Amino acid sequence: MIKFITAILTALTTGAIYALMSTALVLVWRSTRIINFAQAGQAVLSTYIGYEVTVRSGSFWVGVIAAMVFGALLGAVIDRFFMRPIFKRIKGGPILMIAPVVATLGLLGIIQSIIGFRWGLTYQSLAAPVSTDGFTLFGRVIAFSPFNLLVVVFATVSMLLLTILFQKTNIGLALRASAHSPEIAKLSGIKVDFIRTLGWSLAGAAGGLAGMLYIPSSYLYPNAMDVLLVFGFVAAVIGGLDSLFGAVAGAMILGFAISFATSYVSEKLVFPMAFVMLVVVLLIKPAGIFSGKKSRRD
Amino acid sequence: MTLVVESLVIDHGAIRAINSVSFKVPTGKLTAVIGANGAGKTTLLRGLSGLKEIKSGNATWNGESIVGKRAENLARAGIMHVSDGKSVIAELTVKENLALTGLWRKDKKDVALATEEVVSLFPILGERMSQSGGSLSGGERQMLAIGRALVARPRLLLLDEPSLGLAPLIIDQIFTTIRKFVTTMNLTVVLVEQNAMGALAIADDGVVLNLGRVVALDSAENLLKDPAVRTAYLGY
Repeated sequence: MIKFITAILTALTTGAIYALMSTALVLVWRSTRIINFAQAGQAVLSTYIGYEVTVRSGSFWVGVIAAMVFGALLGAVIDRFFMRPIFKRIKGGPILMIAPVVATLGLLGIIQSIIGFRWGLTYQSLAAPVSTDGFTLFGRVIAFSPFNLLVVVFATVSMLLLTILFQKTNIGLALRASAHSPEIAKLSGIKVDFIRTLGWSLAGAAGGLAGMLYIPSSYLYPNAMDVLLVFGFVAAVIGGLDSLFGAVAGAMILGFAISFATSYVSEKLVFPMAFVMLVVVLLIKPAGIFSGKKSRRD
Repeated sequence: MTLVVESLVIDHGAIRAINSVSFKVPTGKLTAVIGANGAGKTTLLRGLSGLKEIKSGNATWNGESIVGKRAENLARAGIMHVSDGKSVIAELTVKENLALTGLWRKDKKDVALATEEVVSLFPILGERMSQSGGSLSGGERQMLAIGRALVARPRLLLLDEPSLGLAPLIIDQIFTTIRKFVTTMNLTVVLVEQNAMGALAIADDGVVLNLGRVVALDSAENLLKDPAVRTAYLGY
């Protein structure tokens, strides 16, 4: 019973972090139609900034805000000064699909090198703001701590805020319209380029938050978020890439699958499980398990 | 408020889709641009709305050049392009589709008023407000696309084949409505149509395009009588 409860709680914690990463990927996919591999670099660089601010200010919370603000700015700068010129120069042909994605891979390398120059390649640790010791349940310590609870709460609240933004505000309507049909949005007078940059900003902030919530349970180093990018990508594909709801649901499904496989079968199943899920979804429902007759993108 | 198009040239890929096209649309008038498939009608509208690059020549609206301007800025300046087919965002509700052109407008009271006017012009949209755009019939989508443009309180309306794929009865209804609001709202309209007969019947003037060039330019009345136009485009 304890094992079962622990597996569920672990699934929620990891699922919450995957959800932030998959949301970041989906936000960029919706606005730009590319998979942004640089997301891992953006998120980890934002976390380094959050780490510095945490150390200097003594407050983890100030660090979280710094990481999110920096992530948002970095996302905007990348879209405005890196992606937009690339898209402008490519007129069409097969390179149209590939060049921007390859560019994000290059950018990932650049960002990680910058981190290496500034902070070195060593492992640093970021202290959690609350205890990372497991709660005690029926007299036994379980693998779910107050910090894990905080991760779940933060991810949930940010998802709710994002949902309200998308569904209830004018900016959200502009974001959805630009994602579904940039041309109709433009003809309606919506500044689609600006809205796209905003999508990159939101993704950057989500990545920064993911980093600040993940790193205290791990270590901070230039490649620290690479693995999360992979899980976030798998979750996004499970959810159909186009839907924010799908991104979160995909992340939870992945979180549960990995948590149960590792606690009931073998610790070694983390990666195999993720890729088995990916392949199964692609074989059975390549458009994502939440795709109906038409894909849902809200 | 006049649209003046002078020796306009627009390329579509390697093809010169619009070749030295000139015409004028006076304020409050409806000009039909007719011609066969591939005549360059759609390209012409896409050039005028900023979706397609203008190679050379000029186009002015109220004396101001629209060449090189961005589509979203032209839209905000009152030039509304209802692009071909049923340009409705299927994933958004009818209400959200209508709201798109009001998002950037400062006068929210007037946006609400304009939306009410659109609903009284197309009552069916009022009944479908919370349905998704994708669930509408072809005719309803066309009404929604035109209605969305009207919420922006446009001065110049560019309509691309509103009759495409619709049943004859619905086409009549749409054309009658277009004529009605052009007159009541004092709108200037460029109506691109393959349905030459229907378009010329409600138009003040007509432009006949063939392979990117203007082959006839006259009042709609005269074009309807012109034997050459009748055999080539009206089919009788």
